[in-house]
Amino acid sequence: MPKIYIDNKSFDVKAGKNLLETCLSLGYDLPYFCWHPAMGSIGACRQCAVRVFKDEEDTKGRIVMSCMENVKEGLRMSVSDEMATAFRAQVVEWLMTNHPHDCPVCDEGGSCHLQDVTVMTGHDYRRFEYKKRTYTNQYLGPFIHHEMNRCIQCYRCVRFYRDYAGGDDLNVFSAHNHVYFGREKDGILQSPFSGNLAEVCPTGVFTDKTLKEHYTRKWDLTTAPSICQHCSLGCNTIPGERYGKLRNIVNRYNGEVNGYFLCDRGRFGYEFVNSENRITQPIIRNRTIEAVSHDLLIQHLAMLLPGQTLIGIGSPRASVESNYSLRELVGKENFYQGVNDDQVFLEQKIVDILQSGCVHTPSLKEIEEADAVLVLGEDIWNTAPIMALAVRQSVMKTAAAESLEQVPLPAWHDVAVKELVQEAKGFLANVTVLPSPLNEIAACSMQGAPDDMARLGFGIAHILNPTLPSVGVIMEKAIIIAEALKHAKRPVIITGTGGCNDGLIRAAYDIAVALKTEDRKPGLAFVLPECNSMGLAMMRAPSLEKVAGRVQNTPNVTVVILENDLYRRIPAAKADAFFRQCKNIIVLDALHNRTTEKAHVLIPAATFAEADGTFVNNEGRAQRSCQVFMPAINTIKESFKWLWEIKALLTSASNGQEKHPDELLARLESSLTQFAGISAVAPPRDFRIHGSAIPRESHRYSGRTAMLSNLAVSEPKPLQDDDSPLSFTMEGYRGMPPAPLIPSFWAPGWNSGQAVNKYQQEVGGPLKGGDPGIRLFEQTTATPVFSRDIPDAFVPRPNKWLLLPQHHIFGTGELSMYTKGIAERSPEPYITLSKWDAEQLGAVKGDLLSVKTDEKIYTFPLIIEESLQDGIVLMPAGLQGMDVWSWGAWVNITK
Amino acid sequence: MLSHLRTMWLVFLHLFHKRETIQYPEEKIQLHPRWRGRIVLTKDPDGGERCVGCYLCAAACPVDCIALQATEDEDGRRYPEFFRINFSRCIFCGYCEEACPTYAIQLIPDFEMAEYKRQDLVFEKEDLLIDSQGKYPGYNFYKVAGLDAGVKEKGKGDNEEEPVDIKSLLP
Ligand code: SF4
Ligand code: SF4
Ligand code: SF4
Ligand code: SF4
Ligand code: FES
Repeated sequence: MPKIYIDNKSFDVKAGKNLLETCLSLGYDLPYFCWHPAMGSIGACRQCAVRVFKDEEDTKGRIVMSCMENVKEGLRMSVSDEMATAFRAQVVEWLMTNHPHDCPVCDEGGSCHLQDVTVMTGHDYRRFEYKKRTYTNQYLGPFIHHEMNRCIQCYRCVRFYRDYAGGDDLNVFSAHNHVYFGREKDGILQSPFSGNLAEVCPTGVFTDKTLKEHYTRKWDLTTAPSICQHCSLGCNTIPGERYGKLRNIVNRYNGEVNGYFLCDRGRFGYEFVNSENRITQPIIRNRTIEAVSHDLLIQHLAMLLPGQTLIGIGSPRASVESNYSLRELVGKENFYQGVNDDQVFLEQKIVDILQSGCVHTPSLKEIEEADAVLVLGEDIWNTAPIMALAVRQSVMKTAAAESLEQVPLPAWHDVAVKELVQEAKGFLANVTVLPSPLNEIAACSMQGAPDDMARLGFGIAHILNPTLPSVGVIMEKAIIIAEALKHAKRPVIITGTGGCNDGLIRAAYDIAVALKTEDRKPGLAFVLPECNSMGLAMMRAPSLEKVAGRVQNTPNVTVVILENDLYRRIPAAKADAFFRQCKNIIVLDALHNRTTEKAHVLIPAATFAEADGTFVNNEGRAQRSCQVFMPAINTIKESFKWLWEIKALLTSASNGQEKHPDELLARLESSLTQFAGISAVAPPRDFRIHGSAIPRESHRYSGRTAMLSNLAVSEPKPLQDDDSPLSFTMEGYRGMPPAPLIPSFWAPGWNSGQAVNKYQQEVGGPLKGGDPGIRLFEQTTATPVFSRDIPDAFVPRPNKWLLLPQHHIFGTGELSMYTKGIAERSPEPYITLSKWDAEQLGAVKGDLLSVKTDEKIYTFPLIIEESLQDGIVLMPAGLQGMDVWSWGAWVNITK
Repeated sequence: MLSHLRTMWLVFLHLFHKRETIQYPEEKIQLHPRWRGRIVLTKDPDGGERCVGCYLCAAACPVDCIALQATEDEDGRRYPEFFRINFSRCIFCGYCEEACPTYAIQLIPDFEMAEYKRQDLVFEKEDLLIDSQGKYPGYNFYKVAGLDAGVKEKGKGDNEEEPVDIKSLLP
């Protein structure tokens, strides 16, 4: 550990870091713009100047950019030095000569990095008397607003968009003091990571357009630590509320999971919470006034339920607590996963593998650090976007690490490293049904039918471990991939349920296990469909088809459906038949859908923003999502609260005692051992620091005595939160909260999200106290059992097509589609065929074709994909209002 | 003893001084323009609402009695969708006026706002907005701001150059 001296104080610091990171990690407030912890330094903005001295005697020293200087043993530097301070103030003054007079109407204001730095350096008055440069703006689509006048030319946007995220439609144009950051012409930003521009850009050039619709300053938002609801990765988020509406979502740093970034589905997919389509009141159908009060509902249920056989249908988008509560209500043998047979089968396979302890499942951070990646049959670009971003980083970092072995450069020196690396890439093999944008950086990519992809996987496993069965002819690609994986130290195999094929999962498992040696630590990552798919699958309950079968044989059952639209799980005809056979249908959900239409009793459930809940992500990491705000209507409650209230009606002993997430998780742990440890996911609800709760509101939250004064001038009693150590007010402990309870990032002098530096053990490292989340699967020394059952090669059938899903980052999600901008970018339903198949049918692009599946005919326009394997038909998965189709079935297509 | 007599003498002299108390409400007091009384929202010289919904007044308010919601018209001009001051809480400190970057919110020399019902002290935008520039005539924020909100186009401000032609490489 080198020792350095900052303003004559000595510090032991980490080698290989630059001075800027080092100072920030040590807690110094050193201003910067162009450096970003995830992207390294380029030395473009000249904001981070410090004075470095040759030795103890040197009094003159020299001004250097701290982000461009390596830590050296015995280095002496000064942050507070007069000349360095003046230099930094001068740089801001220059930047501000062209900066518009916009803060009051700028959405960045109050969380603006430029404001922070301007105040920090002390610049306050524009002495420059000449005119300001101006630019025109561009239309950049539904997510990002552009106001180019505010640019300070730090280049962070293009570095993130192009270099980090691989986008190519945002660039820097023009020259000298006219540089322009935008698109070649107006148009929608194509990258699914574009929303991060709002956080990456230190100014108000790129801002969140959805926030603009109901603009609120950061200091006025009620925020809480939350978990993204839109895929299985469980990225950490901070949603903000004001006046009972969710206003925006920003990233919540978690070093192990999403790091600094979110995808656009996660960032913008929050509008369902504010939807007109919300269920706000209990409804009892078939009476004159269907909307009823809480008490009436309970009375009705008290009459309806006793003596009934209750069957519970869980949900992969409901929290662990809610699913568990339902299981407790109906009993273990009456609890079903609200997921179809095929999906349950695949997810069970995954849970079995992870519970066997034979293989390590990596976090997203570990995927970023992998030195060879094989994606086998999962379209992660669309089903797990931030994982795709992590894979991209692995490819880039591996190439950089290899180059740096030859030329010792500091790894943070982004320009130099890029120059050195040139076009070199780390190893990525992307094996998918359709080509994905990841192919651009893949060393090896292949398109094929799921069975063939699985066979490729088994082929690789056979090469790695010749005792495993061979697939016959060894494919050349299998050799290339096996070689690359063999040469890696930390290879990662990614697969998932998106390919609808268990062969893929088994093959990936075989490869990962075959790779395991003393010094090679392979990881096997799975992608699941929804935010709590893993948590539900771990409860090991039977599928929807099973419950349908049971209802057929047992008349007069009452089903309780938890936050689940069964029409998105099983074909409509089957769902209809199921509902016809149920005597009573009780549905808890937040939004009206086709299932809630069937409900005899409909109970309004809270969305994630109004609920506490724990979600288990794809790596088996349980994470707590805290309630952001209390719904104004008191009939909206967390599902688990409703379920315990219902349970109290059935068991005379209990008197409807309220259950809290802590108690529920503790009970879950003792009844289902696979969840051992989950109750430590967040500090208990009575956790206090110096006797104080942690406030959800900022210390400058405004309007407390006026917000509701139009309704009643006397302020109501502040809301109480009995479920978590967070409070709904601005009073409470203002210091560093425990990592799982960080409601928002703020530090004195740092109003912008850059305050996150203060919450980390070291810049870019884990949060203080460790990154949040409890991993439920740990690798053991268990002896692995290989899978030897290799599927047959795919053979197209005459006049039949294998029906497979195509996932869409914008379109497939049930809830994200309530966001206007996401709906705007969702595709219309289509039918995709290969060129050859289309020719056989005599159809051209756009022709209407009909697919017959599940006894119904669907007619959609044709899309032709040259690289699609013949004999396969792709249809979009999970579009709003669409039936679900039997993926993996052979269907007829007619023109 | 002497001091007592002196005091009595001084009190006696006051009989001949000009009276300080006035016969309010028959007689009105003269207040200075900068007197901090009832709060109003003013309009710019072009008749547009001055408030841009920046929330700074609300943040500056020590008793948190200002609540508003910003919204935009089709030109991108920001204005408050609602603007509420709970005068039963207001302490007339004038911080909001100091914080306001647009001269929209101003305290005026009027204190006659007593009400029988506290609820009537909650003022909405309709009650606050006046058809005048108030104490600070001549300022229109959107004329000096950089963004185009339908008031002046990009580059048309007094302190602005024409928008950059990004296709040109000339200096
Ligand atoms: S970018 Fe920051 S400094 Fe510039 S106008 Fe916006 S809030 Fe103000
Ligand atoms: S647009 Fe933002 S991120 Fe890009 S160069 Fe300008 S200030 Fe930096
Ligand atoms: S990758 Fe998934 S969890 Fe992460 S932000 Fe996107 S949708 Fe949410
Ligand atoms: S400070 Fe002025 S411009 Fe800003 S919200 Fe208040 S009144 Fe409106
Ligand atoms: S942060 Fe160091 S030069 Fe920009």
